[in-house]
Amino acid sequence: MTARMDKRFADIAAEGRPALVTYFMAGDPDYASSLEIMKALPKAGSDVIELGMPFSDPMADGPAIQLAGQRALAGGQTLAKTIQMARDFRRHDDATPIVLMGYYNPIYIYGVDRFLDEALEAGIDGLIVVDLPPEMDDELCIPALAKGINFIRLATPTTDEKRLPTVLKNTSGFVYYVSMNGITGSALPDPSLIGGAVGRIKAHTTLPVCVGFGVKTAEHARAIGASADGVVVGTAIVNQIASSLTADGKASAATVAGVETLVMSLASGVRASRLAAAE
Amino acid sequence: MNQSPNLNSYREGPDEDGRFGIFGGRFVAETLMPLILELQDEWDKAKTDPAFQAELKDLGAHYIGRPSPLYYAERLTQHLGGAKIYFKREELNHTGSHKINNCIGQILLAKRMGKTRIIAETGAGQHGVASATVAARFGFPCVVYMGATDVERQAPNVFRMKLLGAEVKPVTAGSGTLKDAMNEALRDWVTNVDDTYYLIGTAAGPHPYPEMVRDFQAVIGAEAREQLLAAEGRLPDMVIAAVGGGSNAIGIFHPFLDDKNVQIVGVEAGGKGLDGDLHCASLTAGSPGVLHGNRTYLLQDADGQIKEGHSISAGLDYPGIGPEHAWLHQIGRAEYVPIMDDEALEAFQLLTKLEGIIPALEPSHAIAEVIKRAPKMGKDQIILMNLSGRGDKDIFTVGKILGMEL
Repeated sequence: MTARMDKRFADIAAEGRPALVTYFMAGDPDYASSLEIMKALPKAGSDVIELGMPFSDPMADGPAIQLAGQRALAGGQTLAKTIQMARDFRRHDDATPIVLMGYYNPIYIYGVDRFLDEALEAGIDGLIVVDLPPEMDDELCIPALAKGINFIRLATPTTDEKRLPTVLKNTSGFVYYVSMNGITGSALPDPSLIGGAVGRIKAHTTLPVCVGFGVKTAEHARAIGASADGVVVGTAIVNQIASSLTADGKASAATVAGVETLVMSLASGVRASRLAAAE
Repeated sequence: MNQSPNLNSYREGPDEDGRFGIFGGRFVAETLMPLILELQDEWDKAKTDPAFQAELKDLGAHYIGRPSPLYYAERLTQHLGGAKIYFKREELNHTGSHKINNCIGQILLAKRMGKTRIIAETGAGQHGVASATVAARFGFPCVVYMGATDVERQAPNVFRMKLLGAEVKPVTAGSGTLKDAMNEALRDWVTNVDDTYYLIGTAAGPHPYPEMVRDFQAVIGAEAREQLLAAEGRLPDMVIAAVGGGSNAIGIFHPFLDDKNVQIVGVEAGGKGLDGDLHCASLTAGSPGVLHGNRTYLLQDADGQIKEGHSISAGLDYPGIGPEHAWLHQIGRAEYVPIMDDEALEAFQLLTKLEGIIPALEPSHAIAEVIKRAPKMGKDQIILMNLSGRGDKDIFTVGKILGMEL
C-alpha cells in the first residue's frame, strides 16, 4: 500500500529496532497546539503518528482518551479539521506515516468517498477504525484499500487461531495487536505473554506487528519492543498533555515540551530493546 | 425515503449479517466479535431447542405472570367517543414492565453459554431492576451501569436494584445519561469478555441483539393478536406503542407487520418540541448513523457527534432507536410521530382518573397519541395499545412537575 508506510517499517527493520508509534488526539486542547505537538513527535523520535479523530462516544477508550476527545470537541475540532491538520503537517514532513484512528460515525456522516479522497490528498497513509470489524469491510475497508489507503486492523487476545485469518485478510500497513481485553489506558500485561501472541500473529502474516494498550514508560517500550515490530503509546501521551494544561484547560508552555520529553524517553526505550534482547 | 419495497413479508429480517435494509449490522470492536458470533450461534440453537422454549414458557407463566391481560378501556373509549381502545397490560408483569420478558430470555442464554457474571445498562431503572431480578433468581452477580444524573432522579429503582443484590455503578463520563451508561457497559464487556454476559435492554445494539430482544418481546404481540381475535373476532385497525430504543413497540408490532390493514404507529418522545435539542425523536428529527453496534437513526450534529436527548421519561431518553424501527420507518410500513412532555403528562393523569391505572411516563406517550387518534376513528374501529409499564417509579417526577410535595 502507501509507499511511505512500507518504507518506514523497512528502514526501521534495517536498523534492527522496533518502531515507536505515538497516538494523540487531534485538536486537544486546540488546533494550533495540537499541530505543534504533531510536528514535535518525529523530532522526538516517533516513527509513525496515530492521529486521533475525536468522537462523542468512544466505547473502546478509557477515561483519559475520552476526556481528550471532549477537550478537542469543545475546542471546535471536526473531522474536516483533523484532515487539515494532516495536510498542514505534510508541508513540514513528507516521510512520517500518518494513521487516522477513531470511530466510524463521523466518517460515515462526512461521506466515505469524500473522506477517502481528502485523506489521500492530505497525505494520510492509514486508518484504524475501532468499530469496523472484518464483517463490516464493505463500509470503509474495501473502498480505502481500493484507493490506496492502508486499513490497519486490531487483533486482540480474543482473536483465536480460527479467526486470525479473517482479521488479517484485508489488513495492510501493519497489524495492531491490542495486548489485553480492555480499554485504552489499562495496566500493561506480562510482556512475556505478549511475545507469544506476537509470534502467533507473525505465523500468519508478513506485515509488521505493533503492540499497544498499557505501554506507558521507556521500560515498557523496551520490554514490548523485544518481540514486536513496533510499540504503540497513546494514553501516556494524552495524560502528559492533560497534566500540562492550565486550570481553565488551555495549553501551556509545558504542553509541547512535555510531550517531547516523554517521547524522547520512549524512543530511547525502543532503541534499547533489541540490544537488551540480544544480551 | 418511504419507498415501500415489494416484500412478501415484513417479518423476515434481519438478513444473515444482521441487517434490516441498510440498518443494523455489527459495528463493534474486534475484542467483542468472537463473543458476538458465539452468542449468535447459541441463540440460533436456543430458538429451535424445545427445552429452551419450554423453560421460557414456564417462567413466563409462573414467574412473569403471562399471558398479560388484554383489557378493554371502556371509560377511556367513551370519553374519547371514537375507536374502541384495548390495552395490552404489560404493566402487570413481575417488576412492572415488559422489560422482564427479555431479561428472562437472555439470562437463560447466559446460563447456556456458561457465563458467570451479568452486566446491564439502564436509564429509568426498569431494565436495571428486571436484570437485577433475573440475576437474583438465577444466582448471578450483576453490575448495572446507570448515568449519574439518572441515579439521582430514579432513587427508588436504584434502591430496588441494590436490594436485589446488584451493584449499581453511577457513570459520570460524558453527560452521565443512558448513552454513557451503555458506553461504560461496553467498556466493561470488552475488559471482562471471558466470563461476562451483557444483557442489553432494548432491541438495539450489534446483531443478534435487535433480533433476539424482539423475539423475546414478540410474545406481547402474539398474545394480543390471539386475545383480540377471541374478544372481537378480528384484528385491530391500529396498533400504537411508545418507542425509546423500541423493545416494547417492536414486541407488539412484529406479529402484525404482515397484516396489511393494521396501521402501525410508534410514538417518540418529542420532549419540549422538535425545534431545539430537547427531545428524543430520533426518527422524526434524526438521521442515519452508526452507534452502539448498529446503524440506525440518531440524534447527531453535522460532524457525526452524538447529541444528548431529552424526555420527561428517562426510559425514552436515548439518542438512537432499534434498527428494525429505522427500517420500518424508511420503508413506510410503520408511522412514527412525536408526543411532547406536556401531552404525555396530561395523558398520564387522564388514564389514572378514568381507568384507575397509573401508567409509566413511557406508555403515557402512546396514550397521548391514542387520545389524538381515537376520536377521529369510527366506533366500529379498534386501537390496540401497549401499556408497557406502570407508573409507580414516576410519581416523584410527576409530583415535582405538578408542584406536589411527596
